[in-house]
Amino acid sequence: MNEHATSQEGTLGKVILSARNIAKSFGNVHALKAVNFDVHYGQVTTLFGENGAGKSTLMKILSGVMQPSSGEIILEGEPVRFSSTTEAQRQGISIIHQELSLAPNLSVRDNVFMGREIVGKGGVDYAEESRQTRQLMEELDEPIDPLTPVEDLRLGQQQIVEIARALSVNSRILIMDEPTSALSASEVEVLFRVIRDLKSRGVSLVYISHHLEEALTITDHAVVLRDGRMTAYAARQEIDLEWIVRNMVGENFDLGSPPDGYAMGDAVLSIEGITIPDVSVPGRAVVDDVSLSVRAGEIVCIYGLMGAGRTELLESVAGRGNMAAGRVLLHGEDISRLSIAERIEKGLVLVPEDRQRDGLVQTMSVGENLSLASIGAFTKGLLTSRGRERHVVRESISNVHIKTDGSAASIGSLSGGNQQKVVIGKMMATHPRVVLLDEPSRGIDIGAKAEVFRLLSEGAAQQGLAVVFSTSEVGECLSIAHRIVVMSRGRIAAEFGADANKEEIMAASGEAVVA
Amino acid sequence: MSDVSQDNDNERGKLFGGDFDIKRVLLEGRAFFALIAIIVIFSILSPVYFSTSNFLTMSSHVAIFGLLSLGMLLVILTGGIDLSVGSTLGLAGVFAGFLMQGVSFEILGVVFYPPVWVVVILTCGLGALVGAINGVLIAYFKVPAFVATLGLLYVARGVALLMTDGLTYNNLGGSPELGNTGFDWLGFNRLFGVPVGVLILAVVAIACILLLARTPFGRWVYSTGGNARAAELSGVPVKRVQVLVYVLSGICAAIAGLVLSSQLTSAGPTAGTTYELTAIAGVVIGGAALTGGRGNVRGTLLGAFVIGFLSDGLVIIGVSSYWQTVFTGAVIILAVLLNSIQYSGRKKQQASSDGKTTSPQPESAAERSPASGSTAGKAGTQS
Repeated sequence: MNEHATSQEGTLGKVILSARNIAKSFGNVHALKAVNFDVHYGQVTTLFGENGAGKSTLMKILSGVMQPSSGEIILEGEPVRFSSTTEAQRQGISIIHQELSLAPNLSVRDNVFMGREIVGKGGVDYAEESRQTRQLMEELDEPIDPLTPVEDLRLGQQQIVEIARALSVNSRILIMDEPTSALSASEVEVLFRVIRDLKSRGVSLVYISHHLEEALTITDHAVVLRDGRMTAYAARQEIDLEWIVRNMVGENFDLGSPPDGYAMGDAVLSIEGITIPDVSVPGRAVVDDVSLSVRAGEIVCIYGLMGAGRTELLESVAGRGNMAAGRVLLHGEDISRLSIAERIEKGLVLVPEDRQRDGLVQTMSVGENLSLASIGAFTKGLLTSRGRERHVVRESISNVHIKTDGSAASIGSLSGGNQQKVVIGKMMATHPRVVLLDEPSRGIDIGAKAEVFRLLSEGAAQQGLAVVFSTSEVGECLSIAHRIVVMSRGRIAAEFGADANKEEIMAASGEAVVA
Repeated sequence: MSDVSQDNDNERGKLFGGDFDIKRVLLEGRAFFALIAIIVIFSILSPVYFSTSNFLTMSSHVAIFGLLSLGMLLVILTGGIDLSVGSTLGLAGVFAGFLMQGVSFEILGVVFYPPVWVVVILTCGLGALVGAINGVLIAYFKVPAFVATLGLLYVARGVALLMTDGLTYNNLGGSPELGNTGFDWLGFNRLFGVPVGVLILAVVAIACILLLARTPFGRWVYSTGGNARAAELSGVPVKRVQVLVYVLSGICAAIAGLVLSSQLTSAGPTAGTTYELTAIAGVVIGGAALTGGRGNVRGTLLGAFVIGFLSDGLVIIGVSSYWQTVFTGAVIILAVLLNSIQYSGRKKQQASSDGKTTSPQPESAAERSPASGSTAGKAGTQS
């Protein structure tokens, strides 16, 4: 294996793959704008950037998943075009996605050779496949038996199986998208050892991570993307954490400031010692003994990386998920045993993170989606009142400023920002006292984002709503929130006032955890 | 739906000669046009087909499938499937027949002959029980709907065979002395010249229309099938909805069983075998999506009539029953094919409208595109 890579005449640090003026548009949306990007032989290049900065799009283009709208890819001085991942693989470029693409029911061996089975005289030559797999795993210092089913492996080991698969096709360039987001500290250690080993064998790596400091320990070059442009580039020795944060975040669009000029009420929502076990790893908790109290009229932001436990916390407060310990109090009343519907009735609602999966019913119209949570309000006896429903829907549309050509429009005809407002409007129509929003700004443009935040801010100031929203963009913490709670690995790591700065929030979130 | 994309397409259709609209109308109303086509074709082929009496006879056959299909529609709208309805129909018929023979209480030494209305209520209760077992297995024990109802298909049929030892109850007429006459009224008799079975179908259909369009439960059914996760987070009692649709489907099957055994004035344990498949076919021909969330009563009724009028027509013109089976199958495949064309077309339209509509939704253009103000400058190396 790796004959290709070792026979390579490359000197360390020479550019092996470069992207020149790559642009990618989806309709009118420009995901990438004239990005230049170099991968160096035998070194790690890390791509930094916030959600939606275009990191994944760029990686998909480099690995042949997508084709650029314009610009070119140069591999060892030759312009190349990949029409598929197979073609990119043939040229030695492999990608390991954030969501692993292994078949959990098959063995390590079968996964490594999936789609490229070695065929001998009597069918598949399992012995040869096993031999090669064993050799690969030994080279990676992770001597897993080739016949072990992948589902029995820990996540970190599964990732190494993916790496083995990439190496088995003689990959010279390996792209890793957020490989550590689901790993424990010791698993990260193992992964980094493997990465160093790969480097010494002449494999060039592209690395994407939200764990900034962790990435800094492994990388040789840093490239920062923001809003589809490359905003900065430097070698490792020239940069530090502060430099990355400054270039990643840039100057933010004004998302408002915490509403003031009114007195906050008493604590409406109190969370006491919530613990949620991790279903995939016994003994580990995704949310570990979290307590939080929110007052009427207060806006609290929960900041944290992916996997910090924000979603699990908010969902369990709303009534979904399996809480192992802890209580949720609403107006001092324990609601931990109530169903989602009963909690909504008591005035606690959740706007979920993934609006396509959890927020909207795609087969129903805008109006039906808006009125779904508040049907009781327009039901008389057995039947619903159409007039009352129209009123509720019209009110919601104007309250949350949804741009639609009528309540009968299909939900798919709305833009992402307006779809999000439908989900918010639906929950607001139940006249809640506490609103939980899980990443309310995900996948919506900056204008819609500002509008959503303004709605929340008005709700808190005028109706005394208690608002809790989560985000993974630090700029959003420093907008309308009175209080910023930072979560890291299932725990509350720090709490700040509205006057916190970006660096200390990011440091507390574990973006500064050293592997 | 009256969304922007469609209006745009309509306009475009007119620009390019206007045939787009016709295709669309044909596609959306396909069950209706299929029914018209069937009536026209068979009326030409056979002189007896186009007559009120024949339509009424055919309708009373349709009533059985129609009742099953309506129950099935509720289940399919939630994204489920109920394979047990044919067996439930058979079991209900046998159970009614058993009650009509009189229930003897040996301890008391008396034989109790329940009046017909009691028989009807008890039989519907049995159907509800079968449905409740289905629903609880599916909603609370997470047994896949296909498997749970397949199991009940066997169990219900087996129980029906056990109850009669494989024989058929022929004496369903009751007698005036025992006060249990009137069973034949359900399917055999006519009211204002219309078979009572057809009237029962109409009543159930109207009830279903009201249920789906005007009650919170109806909205819950659609939202559960459209996106159960979103529905649950919106406070919809998804599990209870699932149980209830199977209960209603079981009741519909029991009513169909009563009507059928009344029509035949006999109750056999094998009645209704494979009827579940015909019921599913009716729902699918009516345009409902097996993935849930899409479909309506009108379409389902049309679907049931298409199947009923087609198979009766084939009988009338003397086509062999083997060919009937082939034709029915072809119609079902064609219907599903058209369904997938319709739904994928809808998706494509939405996707293209996201890209192209600019005036009604100015935001969609800017979707996910970054703030213009913050990106200028700052490019280049810095260290």
